[in-house]
Amino acid sequence: MKKATFRGGIHLDGHKELTSGLETVVAHIPDRVYIPLSQHIGAPCVPLVVVGDQVKKGQKIGASKGFVSAPIHASVSGTVVAIELMEHPGGSFVPCIIIENDRKEEWAESVIPHRDPASLTPDELRAIILEAGIVGKGGATFPSHVKYAPVEGKIVDTVILNGVECEPYLTTDHRLMLERSDKIVAGLGYIMRAVGCERGIIAVEENKMDAVAVMEKAAAEAKNITIVVLKEKYPQGSEKQLIYACTGREVPVGGLPLAVGVIVNNVGTASALARAVELGIPFIGRNVTVSGPGIRNPANYRVRIGTLFSELIKQSGGYVGEVEKIIAGGPMMGKTVFTDNLPVVKGTSGIIIFTKEENRHSKEFACVRCAKCIDVCPAYLEPTSLVRLAKRKAWEDAERMDAMSCIECSSCVYVCPAQIPLIQHIRRAKQAILAAKARPQG
Amino acid sequence: MLVAVVTLACLGAIFGIVLGFAAKRFAVEVDPRVEELIRVMPGANCGACGMPGCAAFAEAITMGTVKPSACSPGGASLYEKIAAIMGTEVSAYEERQVAQLLCQGDNVHTKMLYRYEGLSDCHVALANFKGPKACKFGCVMQGSCSRVCQFGAIQMGVNGLPVVDYYRCTACNKCVVECPLQLYKLVGVSRLVHVRCVNTEKGKDAKANCATACIKCKICEKNCPEDAVHVVATGDGTVALIDYEKCTNCGICAVKCPTKSIDKIMPLSEEVILEVGETPVPGCTRCGVCPPL
Repeated sequence: MKKATFRGGIHLDGHKELTSGLETVVAHIPDRVYIPLSQHIGAPCVPLVVVGDQVKKGQKIGASKGFVSAPIHASVSGTVVAIELMEHPGGSFVPCIIIENDRKEEWAESVIPHRDPASLTPDELRAIILEAGIVGKGGATFPSHVKYAPVEGKIVDTVILNGVECEPYLTTDHRLMLERSDKIVAGLGYIMRAVGCERGIIAVEENKMDAVAVMEKAAAEAKNITIVVLKEKYPQGSEKQLIYACTGREVPVGGLPLAVGVIVNNVGTASALARAVELGIPFIGRNVTVSGPGIRNPANYRVRIGTLFSELIKQSGGYVGEVEKIIAGGPMMGKTVFTDNLPVVKGTSGIIIFTKEENRHSKEFACVRCAKCIDVCPAYLEPTSLVRLAKRKAWEDAERMDAMSCIECSSCVYVCPAQIPLIQHIRRAKQAILAAKARPQG
Repeated sequence: MLVAVVTLACLGAIFGIVLGFAAKRFAVEVDPRVEELIRVMPGANCGACGMPGCAAFAEAITMGTVKPSACSPGGASLYEKIAAIMGTEVSAYEERQVAQLLCQGDNVHTKMLYRYEGLSDCHVALANFKGPKACKFGCVMQGSCSRVCQFGAIQMGVNGLPVVDYYRCTACNKCVVECPLQLYKLVGVSRLVHVRCVNTEKGKDAKANCATACIKCKICEKNCPEDAVHVVATGDGTVALIDYEKCTNCGICAVKCPTKSIDKIMPLSEEVILEVGETPVPGCTRCGVCPPL
């Protein structure tokens, strides 16, 4: 049978065999956790604690400010020792609440299991999701309660759970589907109830047939949940491409999935959500793949938010060879960071270590007009034309050519025979277009 | 034959009378100075002044809506001629300005957090942990300013920092707008002493990241005989700033500054002070239409 997919995209060497067979292990709980005040898209949190305060596991320590925001919680019990500026895996400097672990693992009073989760109304569910600080676990970290909030005139008829994990090396979602399939299905049920829709889809790429079997078994009871097997192609896990592959609907330019009546969530988000709804546990931990050729023992970890990268790397047996690049997230869309002294945040799906050998750089040549980038662009853009405009600083023209629709998947860079860093030029154009919009007119 | 001659002659006479009347009746008063000014203009109609052409510029001068110094191709000799026609003093016109870079943190003096391998564009470099430099105020050294300069006046130096050629700089403001950290400032060309640091952090933090940072010690303030330099509040902190109205170019502050964040440059020749230099392209009028060099 021909498997559903989208137009464009590339076939990558997955390298998933490094960790896909390894069961998720619990990472050592560190002596200190560093919890950044901003772990989501939107307004950063305001700290609720001061230096010297005693906090308990699961206690809210940062309150969300504004609608598009999510609160943060202590991932260990202990004492707040400092609130200071630290490097954030997103490529910025963010104030972090540093908690000294007292190893008592005491739960906060606010963490109480909900007696009867099946009787919760959509409004109550959304309130629980907001309080638990649930954000998208795929990497974009969009606060979930915002996604589920009803919008006037828009009807959601499908919820898609994204278990595609198309980035090379990453296997957290794969392992999660194998190990926590019941939680994922339960989480999907709560999401469907929160938004009031009848159809649920769990999308999995064809390279994870074992996960498909497990998920099908877990969802056998639920009649309105289907498992869709998609073709193995990058960026299959991108929201708009996923919606097209699963439903045949195209999200309009500049629009949200809501415009076509779909909500997309990561499978990890669903499992975190199920924990929050059933057990009252806020978002204080996540799964992280530590992999790449530069690490001794690649592994999947269940990590407390705020654990330093260096702790996980130490647990993985340290570096191998000459480390050249540390990437927070997947190698295609992740952010290169310059130090391992960074905390794991809600959006950190992986830590990939590359050595000098993989980090090849070749000189940029002139565009040979082969149009390979146009062939692979899943957003139907012309990367080469956008770059030409970006080099001329013709931001308005670039905007007219829908530069803002670029999903920054880097497929064009991957295929470019002239080694042009297309994505960086397009990103620059997007930056300039946004800056021009932010500037007051006149 | 005769009819045709007479008809044409009559038509000619009628049109002649009408046109002659209209020329007298609807005549537009022209300022005689405009004609004279147009004659002395460079005549390139380049638009560097922001007007549609030299004629429009001449008219704008007579109306006083534009300064003669807006014509950068003309240079000081043109300003003198304009002054003669307009009956004003040349000295009333502004001094030629040049761009000054407010950072000295080159790749020797400043601590780097990482090696940047991405696109050579300051805006892109800044998106990654606010640039590779430990100092978050200083130049990111990716040369966006040098690419935006149409006169070849900014070149990237061997130490990583851009170098401004004061001879070629036309004070077009492009680098000032381009620099994401606002590290360029247009200053009169006769000004020699500049505070080349905008780091507003505490002295200790600034010094930890860069050997030539302003450490807010106020030695410059204490030693200035003209009370021209002060450590003033800027943004979240303070940084030394020179009041160019008061500064006499004595350079005592530059000598006393412990980190040499105050810099005194060599005086420029009279010629450079008055006229903008040649661009590398023969015949260029600096109109700004061509893409950057």
